[in-house]
Amino acid sequence: MSKTVTYSSVAKKIIMSLAGLFLTSFLVVHLLINLLILFDKSLELFNQAAHFMATNPLIQTFQYVLFFGFILHIILGVVLQIQNWVARPVRYERKGSSEQSYFSKFMIHTGAIIFIFLIIHFANFFVKAKFGHIDSITYDSGTYENLGQLVVMLFSDGGYVIFYVIAILLLGFHLEHGFQSAFQSLGLNHSRYTPFIKGLGTVFSILVTLGFIAIPLVIYFSF
Amino acid sequence: MDLTLKIWRQATASEKGKFVEYQVHNISADASFLEMLDVLNEELVRKGEDPVAFDHDCREGICGACSLYINGRPHGPDKGITTCQMHMRRFKDGETIVIEPWRAKPFPVIKDLMVDRTAFDEIIQAGGYVSINTGGVPDANAIPIPKRDADTAMDAAACIGCGACVAACKNASAMLFVAAKVSQLAVLPQGKIEARERVQNMVAKMDELGFGNCTNTYACEAECPKEISVSHIARMNREYLSAKLLSQKK
Ligand code: SF4
Ligand code: FES
Repeated sequence: MSKTVTYSSVAKKIIMSLAGLFLTSFLVVHLLINLLILFDKSLELFNQAAHFMATNPLIQTFQYVLFFGFILHIILGVVLQIQNWVARPVRYERKGSSEQSYFSKFMIHTGAIIFIFLIIHFANFFVKAKFGHIDSITYDSGTYENLGQLVVMLFSDGGYVIFYVIAILLLGFHLEHGFQSAFQSLGLNHSRYTPFIKGLGTVFSILVTLGFIAIPLVIYFSF
Repeated sequence: MDLTLKIWRQATASEKGKFVEYQVHNISADASFLEMLDVLNEELVRKGEDPVAFDHDCREGICGACSLYINGRPHGPDKGITTCQMHMRRFKDGETIVIEPWRAKPFPVIKDLMVDRTAFDEIIQAGGYVSINTGGVPDANAIPIPKRDADTAMDAAACIGCGACVAACKNASAMLFVAAKVSQLAVLPQGKIEARERVQNMVAKMDELGFGNCTNTYACEAECPKEISVSHIARMNREYLSAKLLSQKK
């Protein structure tokens, strides 16, 4: 931790962006698996995929890399933010807002709420799946833990659905800035590709947000 | 024009400052912002009061001395110009204008609206130069430089070191300034030779002085009077990364 503070500002941003892009790739996988719920009401596809993720040794090892990525991204984000607050001890009376990447203003705020969401999410799913008891279900293809049932049950609670949807919206805002920002931090700025990357980042964050939001809504209203 | 000015007054670096309201009358819409402040100061001197201290020198937008955070924006509401180049016609008659100094830990207030920008000089001293012997002035075109590189270097060299990028940034980051200096030299053959040490030394100095970390908000680019592009920041990140990865062991 003390080492992260002594890294230069540019180095911290480079690490931050790499961790962010890595977490983004995880999001995509997570979303694709979740979407299986919508395509198969018997939950067989989803349970099968969840089983694969939970038992494949490569993915299990990768889980630790993922935790590390989360922790790195969070700690660095907090360190950067504290240093940035310290860099302006006297605030402006009439604060301007010249930011061209709008959501850049709220990265620490959206990040903090996503972090809280993450902890609740973790307790709801991961801890239960790993250490708690989950009923099994048998299909033609085999017997799996019925994780899908757990998802459906949680999303039948309207309050939880609202909380989930808000958290995902904030995640979308976080991504909208983060995606293109990561490329800039890595020095990947090019007159030809940067506009494309910015557009891609926006489309990507909208799709990811809509994808994640669709799942609880569909479950709540039609399962 | 009649205006109400809310100006930050602070007698010395160590004393506490506060906002003081002033009224100015009969200001010409064609006066520059600094001329408007001159009118106020003449009046203050006539009344035996302490005039408002603010930085200025060339008053033609090339020296980088003038500053002022005007109604929430460095160098005022216009894009791509300095405070000295901004005219009062940009404001409405009867408007209240809030005028603050640049706010950043490495830019302490000296008096009123004047801040100490020595930190920028220190960053330049850390590497913003070419120290190899480049010989006498070469014949034109003796050193071929692609037009695109020459343009990039010229665009970066337009930075006048005013510090508006720091003032505008929510993180008080100096990345645009430092990136302009790094870029300007890194793309030219004479500057390339020391490029790796330069970028590392200048970034280290920038951090040491207490500027914030860049979070790619791009407020700097929007407020820079010379419209320096954030693509220079990306170039600096690139230079930094390759310098760190490729530098030989000391
Ligand atoms: S980059 Fe622009 S805003 Fe920053 S010091 Fe140079 S001219 Fe001023
Ligand atoms: S006084 Fe020289 S740039 Fe404004």
